[in-house]
Amino acid sequence: MSGVAKLAVRVADVVPVNDLVTRFRFEARDGSLLPAFSGGAHTVVEMDDHGTRRLNPYSLMSDPGDRSGYEISVRRDDAGRGGSLFMHRHVRPGMEMVLSHPVNLFGLDSRARKYLMIAGGIGITPFLSQIAQLSRTGGRFELHYAARNPALGSYMDRLQAAHPDRVQCYFDDDGQQIDLARVLSRQPIGTHLYVCGPKGMIAWVLGTAERMGWPPQSLHSEEFIAPPVGQPFTVELAASGHTLNVGAAQSLLEAIEASGVDAPYLCRGGACGQCETKVIRCDGQLLHNDHWLTPEEQAEGRKIMPCVSRAAGGTLVIDR
Amino acid sequence: MSLDYKFAFSPDHFDGFFRDETFRGDFTYRNTDPRRFPFPFDRDDYMYAVNIEPHVPGRKGTAFEHLLDVDEHYIAEMTDRAKVLAEDPLRCQSLPHMELAGWDVLELIMEAKARDYPQWFSLERDGNRWRWINRPLGIDESFTFLDASTLPYGPFEYIMRQTQGDWTLQDEREGTLWMDAGIATSQADWSLDFDIGMNFHEWHAPVPMAHEKGIFDRALKFLLKLQHGAPVRRFNWTMTVNPLLDTAPETYPKWGTMKTSVTPENIGRKQHLRVELQSLYRLPRSNAIAFDIRCYLASFDEIVTVPKWGRRLHRVVRDLPEELATYKGFIRNRPLMVEWLSQYDDGAPTSSGWFADD
Repeated sequence: MSGVAKLAVRVADVVPVNDLVTRFRFEARDGSLLPAFSGGAHTVVEMDDHGTRRLNPYSLMSDPGDRSGYEISVRRDDAGRGGSLFMHRHVRPGMEMVLSHPVNLFGLDSRARKYLMIAGGIGITPFLSQIAQLSRTGGRFELHYAARNPALGSYMDRLQAAHPDRVQCYFDDDGQQIDLARVLSRQPIGTHLYVCGPKGMIAWVLGTAERMGWPPQSLHSEEFIAPPVGQPFTVELAASGHTLNVGAAQSLLEAIEASGVDAPYLCRGGACGQCETKVIRCDGQLLHNDHWLTPEEQAEGRKIMPCVSRAAGGTLVIDR
Repeated sequence: MSLDYKFAFSPDHFDGFFRDETFRGDFTYRNTDPRRFPFPFDRDDYMYAVNIEPHVPGRKGTAFEHLLDVDEHYIAEMTDRAKVLAEDPLRCQSLPHMELAGWDVLELIMEAKARDYPQWFSLERDGNRWRWINRPLGIDESFTFLDASTLPYGPFEYIMRQTQGDWTLQDEREGTLWMDAGIATSQADWSLDFDIGMNFHEWHAPVPMAHEKGIFDRALKFLLKLQHGAPVRRFNWTMTVNPLLDTAPETYPKWGTMKTSVTPENIGRKQHLRVELQSLYRLPRSNAIAFDIRCYLASFDEIVTVPKWGRRLHRVVRDLPEELATYKGFIRNRPLMVEWLSQYDDGAPTSSGWFADD
């Protein structure tokens, strides 16, 4: 929901990790402990980008049991809508910011006998907090982590030093690839698979596991998509009586919020389902980008997830 | 050991706040101030609804004043719980993967009670070295947070022996919730031992009418979005003859026949409205959901001391669909209830909302 309690924090540290990735540490402004969280959780960071309000989800990468602060790592996306650029260019130690309470859409199944983790690029971040959690409780895990090259392999050194027998790294520039079929075939019964990375990698890993007969309940993935840019379009909010133009680099949800309408949201990445909204009429075409609606629901055209989805070619009327 | 519950009540203890009373045998349970009771009907008729609202501290002098309500029945309820657990240890169970959720709920309860009732509870923390003092129950415990070997029970049972209300802990996986830990000693005729390990739709299967209305699908969808830091609450209610906390299916032969003991002469004293103030919390470390089912009992005699409640209870009981009166277990005594309550309903309109004076 949109109206829930937020965490008032101060930026405690900004650390460049490599050419693309910067780490940010947040601590409570009043010096109190932040809520504990579970490995795999994310927070939504609110940014005031020179008058434009941006809310981006980032996985928490610090130890979930350490309540003194939260850490995230942000990969700079030069072609994106500006959230990561704002974080890289403007966020400095001492700045006051607002975070959502942690939300977990990628939690560890606590009954698993073993956790098989597959990470691509910045998709490593949720695994950092999960590994910290498992290290406290003695849980078994195995991590396969692919990056473009060693210089862009964020936290590889740290992970390999701490868990030399459990972490395997791969570099695209050297033509290395996970021998997925072999890795999957060697796991004990009761293993749960977790994958986080680019869309293509997630589809490859899940598809391979399904074909090899892995039970669907044992397969977990997370991909936050940034709201894609597109053509401007017009939306009518039937319940509140507003007509709005959604800009090319603006999401439908952001346009609704900018008009002063309080709309529900949670992940803002098309994954959680909270912002689901009824479509009353669509003269053009719905451009669904979420992971929440089933393909059948997307084809029916009666619902839309305004955090990542858009319309084109005519007026959209929604129940908001 | 500190949890043996052999209290010697004295009027001087805690200024006589806590009542020395029973929920069995001679049934000496009473409400000193009935207006404190969380009357569950905000209008003159009742039908299932998801009826969920944010669980935020509410009006002073009511059961909603604090996140967790510690009232005059605290010591007596904990004594009753200890007796039930001594007779049937399976009333409290936690599957092995739920230990972290047990620590979460222990932390939630200790923090809330120490914050809201500093005269009775205190919590000192130095990293994971914790000291917990529960003055009403005479407990002073030093232990290591997240190390179960430092407590006399597992973390869940330890804190549940000091907390009013039945609680269940739901693990979230496969897009639903699984009741993988819980305690039930003040339940409205459901069995933890039977339900443990079931998922949300399985344990709700016996409830009539609500499935057709799609209520459980919507409620589950809502609960899966429940966020840490934003607990919610709802009411449920039923009827109980005599102030019995423990109305378990396992002990039905002991209490079921009490339903036949109600007469026009004794109904005001014996018949109790049983209200469950249910609250739900997302737990931080385990990502599980804690469900607190807190039972409040008030006799019809106590309820009709509030004119608005007397009128409204008459109308609700009279007009309730037959399936619901059957499911809630009072179809047999409904005519008697309606007749007795009708004395307190002059037909005047009632104001909306729960509270006595609204």
